[in-house]
Amino acid sequence: MAWFTRDKPSVSTQRGGRTVKTEGLWEKCPGCSQILWRKTLEENGEVCPKCGYHFKIDAFARLKLLLDGEWVEHDKGLRSTDPLEFFDAQPYKQRLANMESRTKLPDAAVSVTGTLNRRKVNVCALELKFIGGSMGCVVGEKITRAIERSLAEKTPLVIVSASGGARMQEGAVSLMQMAKITAGLMRLDEAGIPFVSVLTDPTTGGVTASFAMLGDLNIAEPGALIGFAGPRVIEQTIRQKLPEGFQRSEFLLEHGFLDAVVKRSELKSFISRALDFFAGPVT
Amino acid sequence: MDSETTKAPEQPAGDADSPWRRVQLARHPGRPHSLDYIERLVKEFQELHGDRFFGDDPAIVGGFGLLEGRPVMVVAQQKGRSTKQKLHRNFGMPKPEGYRKALRLMKLAEKFSRPVIALLDTPGAYPGIDAEERGQAEAIAVNLREMTRLKVPLVSVVIGEGGSGGALALGVGNRVLMLENAIYSVISPESCAAIIYRDAGLAEKAASALRLTAADLLHLQLVDEIVPEPAGGAQNDYDQAAALLRDALVRSLDSFAAASPADLVEQRYDKFRRMGSYFTDS
Repeated sequence: MAWFTRDKPSVSTQRGGRTVKTEGLWEKCPGCSQILWRKTLEENGEVCPKCGYHFKIDAFARLKLLLDGEWVEHDKGLRSTDPLEFFDAQPYKQRLANMESRTKLPDAAVSVTGTLNRRKVNVCALELKFIGGSMGCVVGEKITRAIERSLAEKTPLVIVSASGGARMQEGAVSLMQMAKITAGLMRLDEAGIPFVSVLTDPTTGGVTASFAMLGDLNIAEPGALIGFAGPRVIEQTIRQKLPEGFQRSEFLLEHGFLDAVVKRSELKSFISRALDFFAGPVT
Repeated sequence: MDSETTKAPEQPAGDADSPWRRVQLARHPGRPHSLDYIERLVKEFQELHGDRFFGDDPAIVGGFGLLEGRPVMVVAQQKGRSTKQKLHRNFGMPKPEGYRKALRLMKLAEKFSRPVIALLDTPGAYPGIDAEERGQAEAIAVNLREMTRLKVPLVSVVIGEGGSGGALALGVGNRVLMLENAIYSVISPESCAAIIYRDAGLAEKAASALRLTAADLLHLQLVDEIVPEPAGGAQNDYDQAAALLRDALVRSLDSFAAASPADLVEQRYDKFRRMGSYFTDS
């Protein structure tokens, strides 16, 4: 029982009217817990101006960051046939359709040809929001075709990874994409065409254990989770907490598996200089 | 050697053809492991150790010998049978040095134009701190790439559990065979169930969804041939299981007898290049 009852039901306090809509205007930095103005964050390339924490960005934002402007997208029409007729909470085909309407992408990879500081390059970027950036046959085929394009045109290749690994819903077909892509990379290697692998947060499983670790240069953004097994799987196996910074970019650099940890703001110029070194300056 | 006499193994329950029963057979404690086959198939087998960088990984066994008079290099994932052996072999979960040893031996075979046989039997690559520190992902990735340009025949056989990338790291063969009751999957049924049903206990259901049996893999055109096993499974008769595998291996190796190094690389490339299942939506 309430202590007071309102004897005039018509009197109402309009609580809703006094609030100011702030949702989406501010963002809390997971790195330093600072509250950041969305716009400042955007202007800073989705990197925290206070602590340098690199927020995750989507595939097209990535392309904008690396390329000069215009690009041509390839293999937009590729779709999975759902070889396993996989069904979990919903049929896999339905999941793909839902993902497509949410991300406006048909699968987890975008493959383009553009210019990076005036040099023609093929770039594949994985989209983490599409089933965790996972690699099924569409991702495998798109990347393999990008490799073949690079081979045919003698154009350098850049792959930006952001992925949990091979896609469970396509089973062993996903697994074999690891072999298919690395077979392509073998040819690229023999032909002496540069391949720069950019590892971003997170890159794990079958993606790390195939193309992401096979760049002529393997470079990563600061603080990215990079590994074969995911941290939770390792914790369950060894039954102890993992040390701070384990499987982060800096850890991999220290253990000799990355050529460099490169800030997002310097990524383009880094790749540009590397390609100048490998292939000579752009004429 | 890890072979030791075992009690008459009990048969797993369930429908003879159910995927879950295949999973249980593939992991059956009495199932022959790599060394059981090597002992029966490879005469004068000489084990070779070490990756020349860090150490020797007992979860991968390698060495040379004669298969029906043919000199072959064997690289094989080895599980243990007794508790002590299981620990020694790390339950068949290789570390980076194991993969690097396997690659070193494959390259050695290549140098002297000897074919390679790879036996796959692992729950997966070891997920541990030390393995990550030493570059588990890099070791697997490099193996995949280097196998694709190996200039000698490579025949890979999934003899038990083909556990994801950890198995594939020996599996980019000119021919890939699978024993009748072996499984090959991107993820274990338990982990898959934990993700999609949030319950690892539903592994049986996940095993069906993953299409991981030899018949599934053949249907998906990811393996070339199914090697039959003795009635009820390889655990019932090691000698017969080995004999059946010998026939398949000899046939596979002979089919590449006339192939040039360039042919072998080309054939292997084309084989894996075709894998995938997609269509183009206009």
